Amino acid sequence: MSLSLLIDIASGALLLAGCLLVVSGAVGLLRLPDFYTRTHAGSLTDAAGATLLLLGLLLQADGWQSGVRLVLIMLFLLVTSPTAAHALAQAARRDGERLPAGDDEGRR
Amino acid sequence: MSLLVLMDVSLFTLLLATALAITRLRALYEATMLTALAGLLSASLFVVLDALDVAITEAAVGTGISTVLFIAALRLTRSREAVTPRRRLWSGGAVAVLLGATLLYAAQDLPPFAEPDTPVQTNPVTQTYLHESQEDIGVPNTVAAVLASYRGYDTLGELVVIFTAGVTVPLLLLRTRRRAERDEAHAGEEGAEGGTEPGTEHGTEHGREHSAEHGAEHGAEHGTEKGAEHRSARAVVMSEYRVLRVASKVLMPFILLFACYVLFHGDYGPGGGFQAGVIFAAGFVLYSLVFGIGEVERVLPWPVMLGLVPVGVLLYAGLGVANMALGGAFLDYDTLVPGHPEEGQHYGILIIETGVGITVAAVLIAVYYSFANRGARR
Repeated sequence: MSLSLLIDIASGALLLAGCLLVVSGAVGLLRLPDFYTRTHAGSLTDAAGATLLLLGLLLQADGWQSGVRLVLIMLFLLVTSPTAAHALAQAARRDGERLPAGDDEGRR
Repeated sequence: MSLLVLMDVSLFTLLLATALAITRLRALYEATMLTALAGLLSASLFVVLDALDVAITEAAVGTGISTVLFIAALRLTRSREAVTPRRRLWSGGAVAVLLGATLLYAAQDLPPFAEPDTPVQTNPVTQTYLHESQEDIGVPNTVAAVLASYRGYDTLGELVVIFTAGVTVPLLLLRTRRRAERDEAHAGEEGAEGGTEPGTEHGTEHGREHSAEHGAEHGAEHGTEKGAEHRSARAVVMSEYRVLRVASKVLMPFILLFACYVLFHGDYGPGGGFQAGVIFAAGFVLYSLVFGIGEVERVLPWPVMLGLVPVGVLLYAGLGVANMALGGAFLDYDTLVPGHPEEGQHYGILIIETGVGITVAAVLIAVYYSFANRGARR
């Protein structure tokens, strides 16, 4: 079993996992009951799904120039997408968006 | 190939769905968000078509800056679209249908995508641009060579258009000193307690709106209170968004660095002065969205921004004049380095791209300032 085959398998697995996360994020965005859980699903797509996809692509990158670019994109996404999700949730909380009923705490 | 077709079809479907959703929405903030989505989808379409320079521009302008400008404009007006009476829908609908039919009819004349024997592919100009530009100009990115050198006059014209926008929008939106003073005097007459102190711009602004709405009696007082409330509310908001502040502070230098990369790497990869200027402006707009416009104005004061608006145009046109003084034609960069026309082209392209970047960034920031500071600036 050669090294390139191993790399191909690993990158394929990463890409597949990333795709699964993106699809599950999309399903969650449509199906989850309230605003905060939907935000969570949406941020999952950005942060985890895109990171896994980029890691998969990184294994396929030819030359270090593309690799460095992919790593930079990944770092950028890792900083921005959780921040965006946080800002969205925080704005909703300020706006009086409530957690779903049945929660003991209610609105913090 | 079929994968590309699939991507094209899905992106176009999403674009169409977004456009239809925008027409259905009455809440304008939501419509603005969908407009940003439409910009992102167009940028993706441009990437699929290998038009990377246009894609960067569309992503930065369509998704970034114009969204912020829409929101800034909505802050000044109502954020809900008025309901158009049904009988008035007919004229607009007729125009839309007519225009759509005309465009569809005209599209029949377009050659199929990527056909090798279309006029675009067979015209000798294509050969000139694609092959001879490497020897004439020596710039790997043909788009940069065409825009900055072969078509330097056109780019200068475009820059003048942007410059005009940068002069016009602040002129329309900014209140003049005299008018601000008159408003302030007016507010002082009506409510003796407050509204005239310096540093209560928000107060006088709110007071003005308020008195316009409900009669002038407690306009100014109420305005001052509201201004103080507004400031303390803003401080609370700022402390709650700590993550956002830290993240934007961390990202800020990288955004500016990326703008410089796009500017100076434009000869070799996608990018150039226009894209760099937009990214530069987007960085500062992001910063002012998070930290308040006062923080940005400490770095880029308002007069400096207005002063920089013509600098880029003057740099560009001045280079052309310098070329004429050196014995060439207007914008003939070969004359810059005698004996080495290729080096002259490099320098020339770099200088005019810098000029474009300066003017575009200054115009966008000035337009943003004049929206965000409407009424507060003198």
